Amino acid sequence: MHPALSVIIFNTFSGLGFGLLFWLGMGVLVPTGWAAFIWFVIAYLFAVGGLIASTFHLGHPERAIKAFSQWKTSWLSREGICAVFALITMAIYGAGLVFAGTRLGVFGVIGGLASLGVVFTTSMIYAQMKTVPRWRHWTTPAMYLILSLSGGALLAGQIKIAAVLLIIGGILQIFAWGTGDRRFVEAGTNMESATGLGHIGKVRAFEPPHTGTNYLMREFIHVVGRKHADQLRIITIGLAFVLPVVLLLLASNHLIAALAVISHIAGVLVLRWLFFAQAEHVVGLYYGKR
Amino acid sequence: MTQLPPPSAKKLGLVIDLDTCVGCHACVVSCKGWNTENYGAPLSDQNAYSGAASGTFLNRVHSYEVQPEQGAAQLIHFPKSCLHCEDAPCVTVCPTGASYKRAEDGIVLVNESDCIGCGLCAWACPYGARELDAKEGVMKKCTLCVDRIYNENLPEEDRQPACVRTCPAGARHFGDLGDAESDVSKLVAERGGFDLMPEQGTKPVNKYLPPRPKDVEPEIDILAPYLEPVAQDGAGFAHWLDKALSALPGGAK
Repeated sequence: MHPALSVIIFNTFSGLGFGLLFWLGMGVLVPTGWAAFIWFVIAYLFAVGGLIASTFHLGHPERAIKAFSQWKTSWLSREGICAVFALITMAIYGAGLVFAGTRLGVFGVIGGLASLGVVFTTSMIYAQMKTVPRWRHWTTPAMYLILSLSGGALLAGQIKIAAVLLIIGGILQIFAWGTGDRRFVEAGTNMESATGLGHIGKVRAFEPPHTGTNYLMREFIHVVGRKHADQLRIITIGLAFVLPVVLLLLASNHLIAALAVISHIAGVLVLRWLFFAQAEHVVGLYYGKR
Repeated sequence: MTQLPPPSAKKLGLVIDLDTCVGCHACVVSCKGWNTENYGAPLSDQNAYSGAASGTFLNRVHSYEVQPEQGAAQLIHFPKSCLHCEDAPCVTVCPTGASYKRAEDGIVLVNESDCIGCGLCAWACPYGARELDAKEGVMKKCTLCVDRIYNENLPEEDRQPACVRTCPAGARHFGDLGDAESDVSKLVAERGGFDLMPEQGTKPVNKYLPPRPKDVEPEIDILAPYLEPVAQDGAGFAHWLDKALSALPGGAK
């Protein structure tokens, strides 16, 4: 799959932002006044900034309002509704903390859970794709949630929670990669089933339908990501999980904590790039590629 | 609404004969011609006159080589467009309701004025039947020429999809695959028509007819093995020339 920059930025930063909103909503940290204002600005910049970035890959972003209508079947529609609900609920909760110095606990809990709901609905957009076997697995939503929770805890300065979640996340990610590597073959879709010609013999793509490239090949066939997958996986594990945990265990000041956050964000950006670049869409089979 | 309607009794679709298709791409050209001028946004091309040409097509013809265990390889031309699936995954993922399946005849269409160009429907389609137009920013797909098949302004023989109407080999057939007595249904039953990627669970309406088995080269004459091959010790001018040239220094023996 083509790793679109706007979608990678959306997935990384909105995940962090909604993770931070979750911990704020749950009352793990309860800032008031100006401190609360700064916490909520950081969370909203990440969450909303990512959402805005995600509209950059749309052909017609001006019609985005229509995307709230099909929640009965579409995970993208559910994600949009969930995001608006979470942001409004958490804004009320935040206003209580900033302006009145009171914690409106109900809004916090509902808004916090809705923030996780946004991350879950986002992950299901990918996990529902039968056409991309690597994504169609419980590890996809599990990794989205873990990354959001651990990144949010890291931003919120919750060292113990963040360290535990990062360790779980790193192990789960290695498991997701290991099982994901086999899933395309296990799904049983191949050139023979794609063309229905397997009963005659081995099928080989002889001539493509056109001399150049096309939308399908640009969007769904991406080979560079797989070429360097091993190195990128090591970089991801190091930056997103190992280094932040080590820094957290050493952490005694804000500078080290900030380094842990920066390392984690850089690692998650690489992780997300790999998430797309490594995923193989079955349509590539019609072109004799994956 | 992107909820799929209950399965319709009428299932309009195509039957494509892989035995007959000669790979001329006439269906590709007529499809682009009709659909760029009629229903919805035109099908744009980018850098059409350069080395990096690219464009939107609703129908493309691949060619595959199939190598049996024994005997010669076969070349099979393979036209591919929307299969108007009964369980169309492209419809249910659409967040705006732009993508829909018609309850009355099962045609899958895009309402372009509602399409935000997110591309999710193309992700959900295993067949590559949908292409996001680079100029218009909306999703394009085969309409089964919905603006031809019901069009009473056209002569009756033209009321079929442009690709079917134009195919010079008769490799494409259009009809109601929901009616077991229709010509296309009988053709599918007779020739063993099959689905593409059945494991994806999309239940395509369009069917493909397999190539017929190739003839095995017959033994022409039972006496042939006993006949002498082309004369080795020939006579005449050619024979003399062969010997004379071979005798020259450096001549081929």
